[in-house]
Amino acid sequence: MIGYSLKRLASAIPTLFLLITVAFFLIRIAPGGPFDTERALPPEIEANLAAKYHLDEPLVVQYARYLWQIARFDLGPSFHYLDWSINDLISQGAPVSFTLGLLALIVALLIGVPVGAWAALRQNRPSDYAVMSTAMIGISVPNFVMAPLLILLFAITLGWLPAGGWAFEPSRMVLPVVTLALPMIAYIARITRGSMIEVLHSSFIRTARAKGMPEREVLLHHALKPALLPVISYLGPAAAAILTGSVVVERIFTIPGIGSYFVQGALNRDYTLVMGVVILYGVLIILFNFMVDLLYAWLDPRIRYDEGET
Amino acid sequence: MSDLARDAFDQALDRRDIQGRSLYVDAWHRLLKNKAAVAGLVLLILMALLVIFGPMLSSWDHEIPDWDNYSTPPSLETGHIFGTDALGRDLYVRTLIGGRISLLVGIVATFVSLVIGISYGAVAGYFGGRVDNIMMRFVDGIYAMPFMFFVIVLMVIFGRNILLIFVAIGAINWLDMARIVRGQTLSLKTKGFVEAARACGATEWQIIRRHIIPNLLGVVIVYVTLTIPQVILVESFLSFLGLGVQEPLTSWGALVNEGAQELETAPWSLLIPASFLALTLFAFNFLGDGLRDALDPKDRS
Repeated sequence: MIGYSLKRLASAIPTLFLLITVAFFLIRIAPGGPFDTERALPPEIEANLAAKYHLDEPLVVQYARYLWQIARFDLGPSFHYLDWSINDLISQGAPVSFTLGLLALIVALLIGVPVGAWAALRQNRPSDYAVMSTAMIGISVPNFVMAPLLILLFAITLGWLPAGGWAFEPSRMVLPVVTLALPMIAYIARITRGSMIEVLHSSFIRTARAKGMPEREVLLHHALKPALLPVISYLGPAAAAILTGSVVVERIFTIPGIGSYFVQGALNRDYTLVMGVVILYGVLIILFNFMVDLLYAWLDPRIRYDEGET
Repeated sequence: MSDLARDAFDQALDRRDIQGRSLYVDAWHRLLKNKAAVAGLVLLILMALLVIFGPMLSSWDHEIPDWDNYSTPPSLETGHIFGTDALGRDLYVRTLIGGRISLLVGIVATFVSLVIGISYGAVAGYFGGRVDNIMMRFVDGIYAMPFMFFVIVLMVIFGRNILLIFVAIGAINWLDMARIVRGQTLSLKTKGFVEAARACGATEWQIIRRHIIPNLLGVVIVYVTLTIPQVILVESFLSFLGLGVQEPLTSWGALVNEGAQELETAPWSLLIPASFLALTLFAFNFLGDGLRDALDPKDRS
């Protein structure tokens, strides 16, 4: 298990390196720089600015400098928000974004899994069709459509919840968390239903039933665990979906998280901010996939043995 | 005994005359039995017709404002059946023109990802071994990246032109296609029926034509139907952020963005494009699901 973890972790390093490299050179190809203004700056000032941020050096030197910075966990100064470092900006936005994402994930699992399992037990009955059609709506309505609709209904028409802004209090968290969670609930319910149906048809379930085991025991102790494996492998893409979704959700609900920085940073040509966010997201996705793989290997011994043989 | 045996024999004889049904005829019949999928297909055909011919039926233009009607709700009296936006432009025409762009992006970008994905996956699967290993490692590597963010950066960098949207979205979507095609090719190569065909003296070309391609095609068709809504979603996501299609052109995502800003005063300008977008995605997903059930031999019960 430890060997497997180390191997998986080691394979993340080239990926991360590739990510940083591509992101660095991609954004530098961009026409226009971070200090472009409507009025041309005097050449001396421009030269000074460029010197301060090392923009006058050859690209390769800048790249090496950036790598060395990152190795020390320093993402550099912001080019747009003067006197702010990217580390400061991110550590300000991160708690907000993480709370939002984590809550959405928990809500999605807590609702999606039971609903999917329930639909599987009622396969091909009207209640199953009803649940799965609802899930399809959840998948088909993108969150940037869902968010304004929820605001229209709950904030404007009914006046129950605030339309935006952020504070660590339930009333302000409900709408953004629900918006992020809804498509995930739908996906998780569909996946759980599919795998549960497959598991319920397998021979070890028949054996358990033949032994005279109570149905409750069969479902909870034998069926649920293998049925959850596909859900766990969905968590990797789910993490990516949360990150992407947070860009939209934070923008619509005016939440001061990392996602809202990103688009603004890209538009401002704030090189270091965009790089910082892309790297952070890359690391998060890699870490999350890593944890998912570990969890998977722990739950499904076949994976471990396969890895051990090769 | 003899009666029973004769009946069975006669039946067997009768059956010999029945034409064998091809994989696709078979799948088509299965698809027609799936009401949700048929409804999705019909809806998509209607949507396509509406989007192509709908704007011609209206006397309004998608760019020119109606100076007498700003932000008016849907009504027959003004002639704006979907209402107008804050600038007085007719929402019926704008929604349909936006639909043209959204559907076009969906189809073209899917085609781009299809071409890249199939060639990449087929090469990896066909050669196998080390080539396959390296090629798939590369796919795994870029798979782990926050791609949406690269697209955002790309859109910002290279300006927001529609061709780039096609390429950028197509370029991030080929990974899945490559994986699926590669896996399918790998497993098809070793299937018993391929070996049987070879044993019967079929040539390589016959095997590819009769066995590999038809089996690959099913997966590809299913995947295309499921990719188009994903691509439409990505395009509307970008347009929603203001990074996608630019004025005077529009798309469903851009319209939803405009509508969301006038949520309190003109909710119809959000609701109408939003329901067009959601309905289309809904129909594609149902059709894709139905096609998967109809074409995927594994799930056949």
